[in-house]
Amino acid sequence: MPNKTFFWFFLPTGLAMILFIGLPIISTGIQSFYAQHDQVVKEVKKCDPFGCTVSIVVDQEKTSKIREEKPLGKFNGFGTYVDRNHLAIEEIGKFWNETNSFGEFVDQVTNLPFYKALIFTLTYCLFVTPNVLLLGFIIALSLNAVTRGIRGPLIFGTILPMIVTPLVGSLVLFWMIDAEGIIGANLQMLMNDPYLSLKSSKTLTWITIIIYGIWHHSPFAFVVFYAALQTVPQEPVEAAIIDGASRWQRVRHIVLPHIYPVVTFVALISLMDNFRVFEPIIGFSAEGSAQSLSWLIYDNLVNEEVILFGSAAATSMMTIVGIAILLAPVLIRTWKEFRTAR
Amino acid sequence: MEYGLDKRSNALKIFNTTFIIVWLLVACFPFIWTFWGSFKVRADFFSRADWWYAITAFNTLLETGGKFTTDAYSQAWTEGEFWKASRNTVIVTFFVVTISLFLGTLGAYALSRSTRNYAFWILIAALIFRAMPHITLVSGYLFPFFQLQIWGILPTTIVVLVAINQPFTLWLLYSFFKTVPKELDESALIDGCSYFQAFRHIIMPVMWPGVITAGLFSLMLAYNDFTVTALLLNQENHTMVPKIQSYLGTNQHEGNLMWAVSAVVSATAPLFMLVMFFQRQVISGLTAGAVKG
Repeated sequence: MPNKTFFWFFLPTGLAMILFIGLPIISTGIQSFYAQHDQVVKEVKKCDPFGCTVSIVVDQEKTSKIREEKPLGKFNGFGTYVDRNHLAIEEIGKFWNETNSFGEFVDQVTNLPFYKALIFTLTYCLFVTPNVLLLGFIIALSLNAVTRGIRGPLIFGTILPMIVTPLVGSLVLFWMIDAEGIIGANLQMLMNDPYLSLKSSKTLTWITIIIYGIWHHSPFAFVVFYAALQTVPQEPVEAAIIDGASRWQRVRHIVLPHIYPVVTFVALISLMDNFRVFEPIIGFSAEGSAQSLSWLIYDNLVNEEVILFGSAAATSMMTIVGIAILLAPVLIRTWKEFRTAR
Repeated sequence: MEYGLDKRSNALKIFNTTFIIVWLLVACFPFIWTFWGSFKVRADFFSRADWWYAITAFNTLLETGGKFTTDAYSQAWTEGEFWKASRNTVIVTFFVVTISLFLGTLGAYALSRSTRNYAFWILIAALIFRAMPHITLVSGYLFPFFQLQIWGILPTTIVVLVAINQPFTLWLLYSFFKTVPKELDESALIDGCSYFQAFRHIIMPVMWPGVITAGLFSLMLAYNDFTVTALLLNQENHTMVPKIQSYLGTNQHEGNLMWAVSAVVSATAPLFMLVMFFQRQVISGLTAGAVKG
């Protein structure tokens, strides 16, 4: 296709992506170097018969005037990146000097908002992704062994958790595990502990969200693996059966190598999706004990007094760096393949 | 895999059947339970005394005189203004799907027919864009949108959702276009068609399965979106998903939690029907990128 024709065909979608994905990333980058204005204060002298007092109040007029003149805020350089709510360089230095043991130091650092969120996000990715792959593969294998006629409805049932939006999916589960819901109430009875609540402890909340993540993402892995299983060639499998290979050996040495490229694809996609975990935290009302990077950004953007654009942007930029690190191996491999292909 | 040679032991068969039944219960029961519970009053669905009330409808009988009640639905749809939210969802979804498909088919066709290097790099860039968490993009939008005073209205959200959706649509349609033989449009070009005519009259008619699949995914993205719609729309223009969240926040009303429950069911039911109807397309879409390469 000539370049010119390509250009006109691609222009609309290219423009949409540049304007609404490319530019916002740049805009986020710029915003991250600014911070909202401090409030302008003035001294007010108030006198009454008993004497005069000087009090400091916010000069509303001047504050809003400055905000209007420079809506982006004041230039802050990398200030936002290193402040207490983000990388917290100073605080970490202080903890390093003041704490006695390494454990105590780690404890202090992981209580800082950014590191807390980072650890939750990584823990979530680390537990959800492999389990999704495993569960998805087992479901695909076992559905593949079912009579063809009834597979349709079974597949429909299996993919339900995936097609609902995460907020709805987590709400539906949340209502069941509520102390007054069916699972929550039965757990209390089983454990014989009327005060048991999955919401009250941090560990239990994390486990709940991770289980939700596995529940929500496994159907995707299942669908892809199931389709891949249909393409496994029959001859080697039959040869293996004649040679006396066990069922496990067949899966291990024939099926798995065949679908290996698909496994990396699913792993990559689910890693990308898990890294942005956010809606389940809202659905499970778990803000107290589990915060993710995306949730931090959301929290800054819905701030009641002033929207913390700079703070949200700085977290966003660091999230993007995180995504880049995750994607780097794939990109490097693609680049190498591309070079050898030419 | 039904091998003539392969015989399963009975133990394995039983294990397999049990596993599938357990999994299906885990996957579907939450939805069935919520659907059932949405026809009860709050005291039954969230029963302090005994969760069994949700089945026997003890309080529902006391409060409304029947075993089932649709009060939550009628209140949420009228008083809770869920009708407005669902109308907004319909508008947003319709335009996102139409515009996405229009832009996506043009772009993906060009990508699939170009032999240049830049086509490859565009696809890689699209993959990177696909990986961006939506909330980071939203944090980039908010400030300029406030300044331009286009925050809070439906058209802005539609354009944003279209753009966010493009990378995936491009990849999906690209892999579908690749399966249409090049000879088809080349012969049309030799006969004197322009590229656009070949695209419009030769390629599009055989592309319907791919277009339907891509359309379904655009629809699910627009219908299910929370991050963009919750932050870029004002209260008045909220679509269904942020509306459901707003019912959760306001707890002064006893009924509000049941509003959320009935709203969840109202929002999910059409989606389930659609997927039931188009199951084959959904699955082919999910696997198009993976299995074909």
